[in-house]
Amino acid sequence: MTNAAVGPAQGQPEFIQIVGMHKWYGEFHVLRDINLTVTRGERIVICGPSGSGKSTLIRCINRLEEHQKGQIVVDGIELTGNLKNIDAVRREVGMVFQSFNLFPHLTVLENCTLAPIWVRKMPKKDAEAVAMRFLERVRIPEQANKYPGQLSGGQQQRVAIARALCMNPKVMLFDEPTSALDPEMVKEVLDVMVSLAGEGMTMLCVTHEMGFARQVADRVIFMDRGEIVEQNVPELFFSNPQSERTKLFLSQILH
Amino acid sequence: MTSLSSPGPDLRTGAADLLPPRSQRGVVGWMRENLFSNWLNTAITLLLAYFLVRWISGFVDWAFVNAIWSVPGNNTTACREARGIGACWALINEKHRFILFGTYTYEEQWRPLIACALFIALYVVSAMKRFWNKWLMAIWAVGLVAIGVLMWGGVFGLTHVSQERWGGLPITLILSTFGIVGAFPLAILLALGRRSTGMPAIKALCVVFIELIRGVPLISILFMASVMFPLFLPDGLNIDKLLRAQVAIILFAAAYLAEVIRGGLQAIPKGQGEAADALGLSYWNKTLFIILPQALRIVIPPMVNTFIGMFKDTSLVLIIGIYDILNAAKTSIIEPAWQGFGVEAYIAVATLYFFFCFAMSKYSQKLEVDLNRGMRR
Ligand SMILES: Nc1ncnc2c1ncn2[C@@H]1O[C@H](COP(=O)(O)OP(=O)(O)O)[C@@H](O)[C@H]1O
Ligand SMILES: [Mg+2]
Repeated sequence: MTNAAVGPAQGQPEFIQIVGMHKWYGEFHVLRDINLTVTRGERIVICGPSGSGKSTLIRCINRLEEHQKGQIVVDGIELTGNLKNIDAVRREVGMVFQSFNLFPHLTVLENCTLAPIWVRKMPKKDAEAVAMRFLERVRIPEQANKYPGQLSGGQQQRVAIARALCMNPKVMLFDEPTSALDPEMVKEVLDVMVSLAGEGMTMLCVTHEMGFARQVADRVIFMDRGEIVEQNVPELFFSNPQSERTKLFLSQILH
Repeated sequence: MTSLSSPGPDLRTGAADLLPPRSQRGVVGWMRENLFSNWLNTAITLLLAYFLVRWISGFVDWAFVNAIWSVPGNNTTACREARGIGACWALINEKHRFILFGTYTYEEQWRPLIACALFIALYVVSAMKRFWNKWLMAIWAVGLVAIGVLMWGGVFGLTHVSQERWGGLPITLILSTFGIVGAFPLAILLALGRRSTGMPAIKALCVVFIELIRGVPLISILFMASVMFPLFLPDGLNIDKLLRAQVAIILFAAAYLAEVIRGGLQAIPKGQGEAADALGLSYWNKTLFIILPQALRIVIPPMVNTFIGMFKDTSLVLIIGIYDILNAAKTSIIEPAWQGFGVEAYIAVATLYFFFCFAMSKYSQKLEVDLNRGMRR
């Protein structure tokens, strides 16, 4: 097995721990016996064919989906039906969606300040200052007072990243953040993600941008039919895939 | 320059500067295209125009030229002689105070007049975006207290006027204003309850309430509120008739409105709620700041539809003996001298109803445009 080589680094606290986790949609067994440990500062790329359960897996981490068996512990808090725990986890976990999901009736600035004001109870002035800082970091401070509908796809996704960062999360989940973008806008979003990785943010990214995976990932995970089939550091993952399924997938995606 | 490049500007201007051909522009162009495009169209247009002109001129003759504007005392001979030729606006001249204020003490009718003016002022203030802040609640509270004091009296040297004597326009405005103000929050809760997943008991309660109320006519609910409800109350406790009608109207409107609002909730993409959840917003914050503002915007047209319907439905309170403006108008022509002039009375009241409903409709259109400015995807 290749896993042994890339287990959690020694001495690093485990940040996310998933043990023997299963999930069903009705009768459909969508996630099977998932075991995954993410340490602080680790950057993980998850790939796999469409419908393999990648989105479902990362959506379980902030309980947008409920798992039925096994354990998910985030920052020492176990995700159960307990609403307090769920809220506590969601405060620490930021998420970026494929379809942006910005709030169209609020300005860019209001999108960014809403949660800090109401969840973190931050005074409005402070929340706005924080929001402007992150909007500058994703390089669109000049759009602060526009509505999402007035921005391009790439700009909207950068706002979505800024919105998540405003909550000062300890980990960021990305679900195919560039799949809904026109090709010329992919880079501006990836650049933001690369710089975020450079600052030591813990990240789980579902993406098929293999260049991004090579550049920033500590570990690449390959999923198929609800299982984690294989995981490895990027160099070995791409140069020496172990399973037939991985090889097939890579041959399709890398042409 | 050669002569080839000189003829007219058309060769040099870009495509964006071109105007459509002359025949398609302006009123004349529109008429040519839509009214006179072929001989059949032209014939129909001319025929309709002929009837329209005849009908309008007939109406103008009746309503203005040959109308009787006033008669001496209750002597309606002049009106009766003009029957069918001219309108008897003398009826309105004579009875407008009864139509507007019912049997409210005659000398005190300035009070319901001011009350109506206050209602309209409250509507106008609420319609203006610049007053949409925490003071609006206070303005409404003060306004409603003032209206209550004016109508009831019994304080500040105003004589007491019992609720049985109220009638006319104030009744219509009271029932519809409190109807909308009461039904709206109730409808939101019902719609949210009906869509909730975690609480089956609450969901069932909302479904039963909505289906039960929607399944029966308003008249029967009013009737039950008026006749049956007191039977269940202990002796001595007697809730005012107007209040009972008010509660019935609120419940009825809330059931309809709840379904309208539920339609809006369903139209919001799932991702909106998920994004709010992922940010850690609580259920109520998510609902209040993300879901409802978008859902209510979508359903402004059907919501206003419900409001307008409800405004007019308040006239059904006549079956439990409350004199709203329509019932008062109907009563004003009971007197023998004035019998037979119902058309004039109903036209007058219809004009008033139209004024309020049209204002609502126009305002909602403006609101829709205002709220959607800049937010379109
Ligand atoms: N809400 C749902 N109900 C039923 N099946 C679902 C639901 N969401 C996803 N699925 C199914 O679960 C599988 C995994 O979905 P997903 O995690 O979105 O895959 P991926 O993100 O890897 O493309 C797919 O077969 C999908 O059809
Ligand atoms: Mg997916």
